[in-house]
Amino acid sequence: MPLHIRLYTKFVFLLLLATLVFGLFSSWAYLYPEVFNKYLPFYQLRPMHTSAALFFIISAATLCIIIFHKNTIGRDATTGIFEKTFITTWVATILVIFIYYSFKKFGGREYWEFPAWLALPLLLSWVLLMIGYYKGWLKCADKKPLYIWMWSTGILFFFITFIEQNLWQISWFRQSFLRELTVQWKANGSMVGAWNQMIYGSSLFLMVMISGDKTIALNKKAFFFYFLGLTNLMFNWGHHIYNLPAHGAIRHISYIISMTEWLIFISIIQSFKNKLEEARKLRHLLPYKFLVASEFWVFANLTLALFMSIPAVNRYTHGTHITVAHAMGTTIGINTMILLGVLGYALDIDKKINTGRKLFTRSYNLAQASLLIFWLSLILAGIIKGYRSVTLNINSFQQMMEPVNNVLKLFAVAGAGVAIGLGIIVVQYWQSMSDSNSNVKDVK
Amino acid sequence: MLRLVWGILFTSFCLYTGWVYLYCDEEAKTTENIHPAVTEGWNLWQQNNCQSCHQLYGLGGYMGPDLTNIARDSTKGKPYMYTFIKHGTGRMPAFNMTDDEVYRIIDFLEWVDKSGVSQVPAEAVHWSGTYIIDK
Repeated sequence: MPLHIRLYTKFVFLLLLATLVFGLFSSWAYLYPEVFNKYLPFYQLRPMHTSAALFFIISAATLCIIIFHKNTIGRDATTGIFEKTFITTWVATILVIFIYYSFKKFGGREYWEFPAWLALPLLLSWVLLMIGYYKGWLKCADKKPLYIWMWSTGILFFFITFIEQNLWQISWFRQSFLRELTVQWKANGSMVGAWNQMIYGSSLFLMVMISGDKTIALNKKAFFFYFLGLTNLMFNWGHHIYNLPAHGAIRHISYIISMTEWLIFISIIQSFKNKLEEARKLRHLLPYKFLVASEFWVFANLTLALFMSIPAVNRYTHGTHITVAHAMGTTIGINTMILLGVLGYALDIDKKINTGRKLFTRSYNLAQASLLIFWLSLILAGIIKGYRSVTLNINSFQQMMEPVNNVLKLFAVAGAGVAIGLGIIVVQYWQSMSDSNSNVKDVK
Repeated sequence: MLRLVWGILFTSFCLYTGWVYLYCDEEAKTTENIHPAVTEGWNLWQQNNCQSCHQLYGLGGYMGPDLTNIARDSTKGKPYMYTFIKHGTGRMPAFNMTDDEVYRIIDFLEWVDKSGVSQVPAEAVHWSGTYIIDK
């Protein structure tokens, strides 16, 4: 494994560990602010947690592409230079961001709370990644497999949405609060679609590798769902701002487009039997376990998203912990599971984790069971808040939140389970890299 | 064929993006320029990361209440906002802001309040499931 990829892999694992630790502290700071306010207040911990999570997901998605594109798109002499420069700039900027956070220096918008100028080196590093990737892509003779379409789409749309996410720095966008908020959530919503394209692309690539069946990345049905996903990426961001008194067409377009996701829902149910059969054959493979988990979480979160996308239902769920359940359910249950599966395959953990196999399985089960409780408790907290604020119309925030905070204690305990379970797995991955024979599996 | 579908989708996305930028807020064309005090308050809002705990239009953290329409709440008002921002509470830390900074944040919240109402009234729910919001 080249040194720069080895170091980048370790950085990605550190980001995941940081996400888990900051997440754990954030949940306690939320419940017991009087203890934390003096030294580690919630307003400092939350951006540390969310930024670590976002950067983990995006960095791991790029890492998977960097590892795999050698065997799919190909490399030329300059690819390595672009890769190294991208990794160096990207990692250095993220470290600077966390230094700013540690001094309580903020300035950006939600989820990107760092001072605005730091968006520039992030953008620059992304451009370097794009040049390296698309240089290979242009020369690549066989661009047909769907995972190449998905990687290319994800990288391009992250670039577009990242710029859009920073348009608030141009004063024209701030002349209207509704415009600024609309553009902000247009960018954020589509950006999720962009990293999903990268991650699902790697997941598809992994399935091709495990099954040895190349047709799953070439068939018409797979491309149909790719275009459906792309349409949702482009036009289904409006559900974040249904309650905003912006132009009604935004709401109606998003509502109509989001309802096309029922096709994905039906397809999952239809393919359930085949998936079960496949799971029986491949259950001995550790990376495959993560793909099975992600399938479950896709189904659970899609069900939730379909209901939240109906404005009449969204009226009760918006601004409640149900949106947190959806955000965390997708980022942990889907994104993190797929990424751990794909990275586990790349690191060849099936061969490396021999003695620790039992511990791995226990940690995996602990993480899944805790995540389910974590997710359900957030939904319950959201239902209580929605009912008390919309139906009972309780004006006092403290009074409204009283029963919600009790449910959130369960959420915090379950969160500790998720952190311990995933934390042990990450440590096992890390140890497998320290093995003297360790090398990223040569993907053929 | 695949490239054609992709091209059509991408073109539609670009056109839609331009339309959203220009027309998402229909009244924005007629409103006067944002006051510098509001911009200053908005920057302070971000620099102190108020969005981590508070929501505007339901977007933000859930530690504290949604502040979209706090300025029009007859039970609260300016002195209430000043006291909270200046001194904090058991749950909210004090941010050691100057009076001037506190008032700039209040200016920003008053401006946000004028943009609309965060809570969608039951009457706005259409039979098809969508909202018809009158600003």
